[in-house]
Amino acid sequence: MAALINVPTKAKRGDIIEIRTLTSHIMETGFRHTADGRLVPRDIITSFTCRYNGSEIFRADLFPAIAANPYLSFFTVAKESGKFEFEWIGDNGYSSTASASITVE
Amino acid sequence: MPTTRRQFLSLAGGVTAAGTIPIVTLRPLEATPAMLTAAIRNVVGEAPIRTGKVKLDIPPLVENGNTVPVTVSVTSPMTADDYVKSIHVFNEKNPQPNIGNFYLNPASGRAQVSTRIRLADTQKVVAIARLSDDTFWQVTADVVVTLAACTEEMN
Repeated sequence: MAALINVPTKAKRGDIIEIRTLTSHIMETGFRHTADGRLVPRDIITSFTCRYNGSEIFRADLFPAIAANPYLSFFTVAKESGKFEFEWIGDNGYSSTASASITVE
Repeated sequence: MPTTRRQFLSLAGGVTAAGTIPIVTLRPLEATPAMLTAAIRNVVGEAPIRTGKVKLDIPPLVENGNTVPVTVSVTSPMTADDYVKSIHVFNEKNPQPNIGNFYLNPASGRAQVSTRIRLADTQKVVAIARLSDDTFWQVTADVVVTLAACTEEMN
């Protein structure tokens, strides 16, 4: 699935950088009804993880109160050049990954 | 034959006297303050929660509860022995009291998280931070919502 990742491509060692992620997902709450009264089953992303060169730097548990197309922004210290890996896990076996590279000088 | 006033009254009286008016109890569609408290205690346990350190940036008035930008930041040096372990966001009146749990570590550098949330009603939003010394700090914000999210009909 489509995900938008915003990570600076370059940073100085020790800089605090912002990471912004946006992924497309309906985030169906499980509390809505159709016009004929049937409950629409829940379909949300329940977990998000970000790893920086293999070690986890940020994790989130998401609930139906997170808006559709979940947006998350958080910070980390640029330690070394490498790769950020992002993973979204959700209901009905949903899983999606993305990655971004950074050069640290 | 049309029902006479006398028949109607005796019938109505009989029903009341027999106590057969059914009492319908439904699970409320909105979380109650009790559910909010329970959800918070679930995270915090019996630890005391102090006010301060946490800042919650959320618009005081939102037109559309389907997507409300929220930023939570915590005053912390984010060093190896003094950092924010996690940030938890709750609401008072959505069908479910939890919004999100965010786990940080000293490598985060800055204890700040942003996302977009849904709000089903005009209500209180609570953010709680757990620091590395296992103390809990909270802040509350009131939000007025004109168009509710979550429970509307799907087309």
